[in-house]
Formats: sequence, C-alpha cells, structure tokens
Amino acid sequence: MAFAVNLIIGHSVAVLTEIGVGDIREVRIIGWRLEKLFSRKMSEGKYLLTPKWRRSGRSGPVPVLFLAVAILVMGASLGVGTPSSVIRPGPPVNPSLCDRPNDAGGAIEITWEASHDDSRGRGIVNSYSVFRSTEAVGGFANIATINTGRDRYLYVDDRVKDDERYFYKLVAETGSGAFSEPIVIGPVVSSAQWFHSDRWNMLLALLIVSASVLLFIWMARRGKELYIRPIAGLQAVDEAVGRATEMGRPVLYIPGILDMDDVQTIAGVAILGRVARKTAEYETPLSVPVSRSVVMSAAQETVKEAYWDVGKPDAYHPEMVRYLTDDQFGFAAGVDGIMLRERPATVFFMGAFYAESLILAETGHSIGAVQIAGTAMTSQLPFFVTACDYTLIGEELFAAGAYLTGDPRLLGSLKGQDVAKGLAIAFIVIGIFLESFGYHWLKDFLKVN
Amino acid sequence: MNHGIVDKLKSIDRRIIFLFVAVAVVVPLLYPLGLPLKASPPSRSLYREIESLQSGSVVLMAFDYDPATDVELGPMSLAIIRHCFRKGHNVIGMALWPQGAGLARTAFAQAAEGYDVEYGVDYVNLGFKAGSIVVIDSLGKSIHESFPKDVDGRPVEDMPLMRNVRTYADIDFVMSMSAGDPGLPFWIMIAQGRYGKKVGGGCTAVSAPMLYPYYPNQLVGLLGGMKGAAEYELLINTKGAATKGMDAQSIAHALIVFFVIVGNIFYFVSKRREKRGDVRV
Amino acid sequence: MRRDIPLIITFVCGLTMIVQFFIPHWPFGEMKSYFQQSYMIIAAFAMILGICNLTKLHLKKIRDKRSQWGYSIVLLFGLAAMTIPGLFIGGIKEDTIFDFLFRNAHVPMQATMFSLLAFFVASASYRAFRARTLDAALLLIAGFVVILGRAPIGDSITWFLPEGYRMSEFANWIMAVPNTAGQRAIMMGSGLGIVATSLRVILGIERSYLGGE
Repeated sequence: MAFAVNLIIGHSVAVLTEIGVGDIREVRIIGWRLEKLFSRKMSEGKYLLTPKWRRSGRSGPVPVLFLAVAILVMGASLGVGTPSSVIRPGPPVNPSLCDRPNDAGGAIEITWEASHDDSRGRGIVNSYSVFRSTEAVGGFANIATINTGRDRYLYVDDRVKDDERYFYKLVAETGSGAFSEPIVIGPVVSSAQWFHSDRWNMLLALLIVSASVLLFIWMARRGKELYIRPIAGLQAVDEAVGRATEMGRPVLYIPGILDMDDVQTIAGVAILGRVARKTAEYETPLSVPVSRSVVMSAAQETVKEAYWDVGKPDAYHPEMVRYLTDDQFGFAAGVDGIMLRERPATVFFMGAFYAESLILAETGHSIGAVQIAGTAMTSQLPFFVTACDYTLIGEELFAAGAYLTGDPRLLGSLKGQDVAKGLAIAFIVIGIFLESFGYHWLKDFLKVN
Repeated sequence: MNHGIVDKLKSIDRRIIFLFVAVAVVVPLLYPLGLPLKASPPSRSLYREIESLQSGSVVLMAFDYDPATDVELGPMSLAIIRHCFRKGHNVIGMALWPQGAGLARTAFAQAAEGYDVEYGVDYVNLGFKAGSIVVIDSLGKSIHESFPKDVDGRPVEDMPLMRNVRTYADIDFVMSMSAGDPGLPFWIMIAQGRYGKKVGGGCTAVSAPMLYPYYPNQLVGLLGGMKGAAEYELLINTKGAATKGMDAQSIAHALIVFFVIVGNIFYFVSKRREKRGDVRV
Repeated sequence: MRRDIPLIITFVCGLTMIVQFFIPHWPFGEMKSYFQQSYMIIAAFAMILGICNLTKLHLKKIRDKRSQWGYSIVLLFGLAAMTIPGLFIGGIKEDTIFDFLFRNAHVPMQATMFSLLAFFVASASYRAFRARTLDAALLLIAGFVVILGRAPIGDSITWFLPEGYRMSEFANWIMAVPNTAGQRAIMMGSGLGIVATSLRVILGIERSYLGGE
C-alpha cells in the first residue's frame, strides 16, 4: 500500500516538475503532505472509499484501486517521457577513484566534475547516482545520490572492505528520471595507512620541541645553572599566604572552571599542591571550591598529599575541597558567596576561566583580598590584570610549577620551551620575507593537516 | 581642587557607579536615540557569503551557547536564520551545548513567523549531542548516525530536507554561534581545516578579540557581540532586539570612558598633591 | 607503587594519544575517540561524586546548625526541585515542570549573573585604569577608541571626519591588527607552554597533580 502511494506521488512529482508545473520545492511539499495524509488515514483505519472492507478485516478493492491508479500514472509519465521526447543529460566528467589517503582503511574516494548539463550548462541534471560492484560488469548497487550545485564532486564510500577490488558506476540524472550514459571506473582497492603522510611536518616539529626540552632537562640534571627571569606573581605567593596567616583568614584557591582534560587545569592543580604545602606549614585554612567532579577528586588527593608530606595530616579535612556546580554562573555565584562569607585574605585564580573571571576578581577586590591570577585564556587576561594584584600571563601559568619548586628538571623544560619559541620567531621573520617576495614554500611546509 | 572631595570621589562607593550604569542602560531603552549604525568588514563579509550562496543551499547552524549569552547571540541567530529563509536556503540546527537545543527551537519559531517555511522541508532542529569535537568530526562520516532523531524524537530519515544531506559534502556553509567551549575554534579546526567547508561565526563581544586572528582565512565572517548582531540586522534590513540595544550600549560605553577620564583626573590631582606635600616636608 | 601506577597509566595514555595522531591504522586511529568517550563516561559518573559531596557538606551544615545553615536548605531544595521533576515527572521536554523551572528560574538567574559584568566593568575601569606610564596612557587611548568605536556613538561623535576615518574604522583596525598580533603571540606562547607541560606530565617529571612532590 505504502509502496503504491509512494509510486504515485513520486512519479507525479517527477512529471509535474519536468513539464514545468510548479517549482520543485512546492511540489515536494505537496508530495510530503499527501504522503503524511495517506499514512495517517490508513493508520486510523479510515479508508477513503469503502470502510466496510476495513471492518471485515479484508483488504478489499482499495489497495487494488491504488495499484490501478499507480499503473495508470506510471503509464502516463512514461508517455510524457517517451524516448522520442526525453533529453538524456551528459555524463559526469573526468571521474577518478582512489583509496582515501591517511585513514584506517575501508574507504574509497570518488571524484568527478560536473556534467556539461549541470547548472552551468543546460541545467537539467538534478543529481548524480553512484553505484558499486565487485565486478566490472553487472552487480552494481546504488549506494548514494548526490545533489547538484558544485563544479567538482567528492563522495567517500566508507563501507568497503580492505584488499577487495571495487568498481564504480556514475550516472547523471534529470528530474524526470532520464539517465546519462553510465561511466564505469575501477578497479580500486582500499587499505589502511601506517603513517599520516600529511603530518610529517608536525612530527618533525614535535621531535624538535621534545628534543629541546629533554636536552635542557638533561643539562639541568647535570648541574648546569639555568637563569629564569623573575615573575612577580610567583614571587608573591609566599608573601600572600603569609599575609593570610597573620590576618587569621583563609586562603581561597580556584583551579579554573574546566575539567582535568584541559592543561590549564592540570597546571592549576599542580600549583595548588605547592600552595597547599605552604598553608599546611603555616597552618592557614585553605578553601578550594571546584566546578568539576573529576577536578574535585584530583584536588582532594593533591591537597591531602601536600599535608601528609609536610607532616600535618591531621590538619587536612576533605571539606577543604568542595564541588559547587558545573554551571558557569552558578559557580561564580557560589564562589562570590564564599568570598563574602569567609572573607579570605588571599585569593588564587589559577586555570581556565571564562566570562565569570571579572565577577570573581571584582568581588575578591571588594573584600580587600590579595589576588594572584594566572590563565592562558587571552580574552580574560585584561580582566585579571585590571582587578588582581598579580597576573601570570599565558605560559607563565605553565612555568609556575617549575618556578615554585626550583626543581632543575622542571626549570630545564622551561629553557627548552624558550628554544622552541626562538625557532618559531625565526620562522615568522623568514616567512614574512618569503611571503612578501612571493615564495610560498615555507607556508605550505608549515601547513597543519 | 578640594582635597576632601577628591579623596571621597577617588574611593567612591562602587554602588553609586552601578547606579549610574543602570540609568545609562535603562533610559536609552525607554527613550531611544536612534544613533546611526554601520556594518564592520567581518559582518559585511559574512553577509556577502550567505547572500552569494545559491538558493536552496544547505546551511548547518550550531547553537553553542546558553541562556546567559542569549542576549548577544540570540538576535544574531535570528538574523542569520531570517537571511537564510529569505534567500531560500535550508537550515539545519544543532547544538553542542545542552541549552542550545531549546534556544534553537525558539530562534526557528521566531524566524519562521515571517516566512513561508515548513519544518522538515526548509529547516530542521537536530537538537543537542554531547561530545564536543567528536560530534563535529562525526558529521563528516554520517550526520544521520550522529543524529538519528531530531530534537523532538522524530526520525531524521523521514524528513525531506535530511534525505539528501548525509555528510559535510552535502552542506554548503557552516555557521557557529559560540559562547565558549566547545565552540567556534573546534568548528574551524574540523569543518574548515579537515573538511574544507566555509565557516562563519558569531560570538560574544568578550570572545571576539580571540577569534579575530581566524578572520578572513579560516573564518569567512565574524559577528562580535550585540553590535555584530545589530550590524547584521542592518544588513538584512530588519530591526531586532540587538538594534534596540545599541543606544543603551553606546551610552554605557560613553559612561565608562567618562569614568576612566574622571578617575585619571583624580589620580593626577592627588599625585601632584603628594609631590607638593613631599616638597613642603 | 601507589605513585608509580598512576604515572604508568599517564605515560601510556599520553603516548597513545600522540601516536594515534600520526598512525591512522587500526588500532591507533580508533584510540582517540575511544579515550574521549571513555573520559566522558567517567566524567558523567564522577558527577555523582560531586553531587554527593555537595549534599553531604550541606546536610552536615544543617545538622550542626552552622552559620547561615538556612541557605543550605535553600540549596538542597533547589537541587531536589530540578532533579526530581527532570528525572521522574515529565522529563526535560517542553511544557514540563523542569522546563518551566528552567525557563523561569534558571535562565533569568544566569542572565542576571552575566549582566553583573556590565556593572563590574564600570567599577573596575574607574578604579584601575590609570595612565601611570606612557605605555599605560597609550593603552588607555587605544581602549577609548575601541570602546567608543564598537558602539554607534563612536561614529556619531566623529561625524565631521571623512568616511573611512571615523572612530569605528580605527577601532576595527586596532582589533584586526595590533590586537590580533598580541593575541597570536600569547596563543603561541601558551601553545608551547602546553606542549612542555604535557611532556612533563607524560614523562612523569611533573607529578604535583598527583599530590606532594
């Protein structure tokens, strides 16, 4: 029944558009509405002509009637589209096949250019059909229909098996159902690649940066003195915690609002460990509200270990680290409330922040706290710089861990990072000259895929 | 200048500043000034891009924001959808933020009022999908697998618009309305970087400086904040909520500049006073 | 051993994520999405931990009648009011209790918190933007141009200048050129910092996120 209905409506749409009655969108809407109407009517048991057949449980003449109409309409449409009047479109141009590069296998790319009768030509081509077979002749099954509208087409068939030969047939189709001469191409075999050939430049960059970092770590371990410029915000950490101790007020530490999969949060939790050691030594209350549950678990472990290492396990209690909410502004409201009630003397903002940064920083300023912030979120840096006493900008946040411990291995990694930055600056300067004179090979070499 | 007044004004209660800001925002909303507005190059570029798409093109629109930023991004979304409907483009909505699906529903409902469009034929709301960048990547393999049903649970296969839209290859333009993470940078990375699609963006005013580096190479256009939304409303000749808010934004900005100037005057006056005070000692 | 196992897991997972970027062949190509989905599942279950922590803390506060314990009742009531209808009474679709509370309570509250920024920007600007040095003065002037140029008032007050030289054009130039250059520089520095930090974490050199040294 549904097949009959679809057949009638489908052919009616094709005929009407081909002979120019209404545009494709209007006819498509009518077709869809008719389809929905018939489906609903049938599901409600309301046959249009003879309800008594429905009640009797037999299918009766209604389905036969629909089939008869379907055959009549099909005949009419065939009459409209007789061989003498049908216009066969030109086939797709320059088709080609290849194994999809740099993938895990199971995919083939088929490309072709628009038929001469596509939108730039006579404009009668509506779509392209793609067929696939494992043999050169016969056995082709339709796997896709692509709408027109481009000069060049790419279809990725990702349902193939590796190491098996496939042939493809491409056909251009008009709205009235006329097909072009089929183009058969193949064979092609898909396979998986062991190396992403477009990413070798990134591998090279990774090796250079890693080598530079590891080299300086090795040099630092051998006792080489490494100079790190003073960072005011980090030098003030001890002083800030000391201030809170003297005033008898707590230290508030916020490790950002993102989850542990963000490197800024890892950096924030790493610095928390060091601040927690200080608060443990000075026996200053510490409060760490967090926005994510995984961060809560990590922060609790970090603070507990810090207190244990300093020999003050009794001073630690799990309520130091508390989960508020994942909601951004709910978290901001919660932290503001903590600030106004507990009135910490020192506030640390270390991690990733978004729009709530100024709300937090301004509230912290209003209670007279010393505020030290650090983030790599460039959009929030101006707010922290304005409202906080010290701000760690971008990579200074990642350097904080190394800076606070003075561990030679960590300091070495900072130097290695600087070498990589020097290389980046060199590439920028060289690149400016090359691009200015029309040489693009460096830009192409550095392109990320 | 009287030192007492200078000291008092230097450390004025911030609630008085809040009061000034409130008045500066409310009064122009009640009594609009009608200040003239001009579209910036990133907004014009985005408009031209959508305008130049062939009628019937498929635009994928990501509603990656929440109610907090609906004031800025809502009017933007509405203006873009209206433009698409006017040009006869088909719009597929989706969200990487949970609340984005509901905001998409509202935007489509409002935009559809003025145009002869039908759900399922001219536009579809696929709803929210968790997964961030994984979801964006999955659209390159199969949209139907990632979104088998729309926001109301209807099978996507049954929708005329979605029958021939399977992957990025069937999408002509990607538009991301982004308030943070996940958002526009991921769409640029995957949709533009990996699949070569043209990507346009809308973002909050605070995020705009961070996204400017992507324009015009990776982003064909960018609407920043409520001003970006107002500019787009100007370009499509439809005044909306963003245009109405521009006068209030103008006065508020002018007020902030005034406060900064006054604050600096007090700063220099007290600095001079301190110097003179040192000399006397 | 207690410290070693997490370090080994970190090393293996970190190395796998690097390797999968360069090797598309199975099983490496599948690793990224596998780990990402695993993380999402873990994070979803971890949320239960967070909610339990929150509930435990506030119940304790109510039981001990600590300072402002009344707000803890409000918090727990809010938690229940959203969770119970969302899970058991109608779900989270349109026209349910959850939807009503979301649209009429949650949405306005979020918008209110976000709008605090407008007031705080004004008070922070008044308090902190000082032309202490030449650099600061130049930054202030650029700030004025952008603040006024990004609103219609900028062009209105420079109406007498020729087209193309009004405040909005200068604001657009500042955003597109110096701002973009500065943003890119910070992004590159942060990017390198992320690479170095990630290397330290993967190789077990940076261990403070595990606690202690």
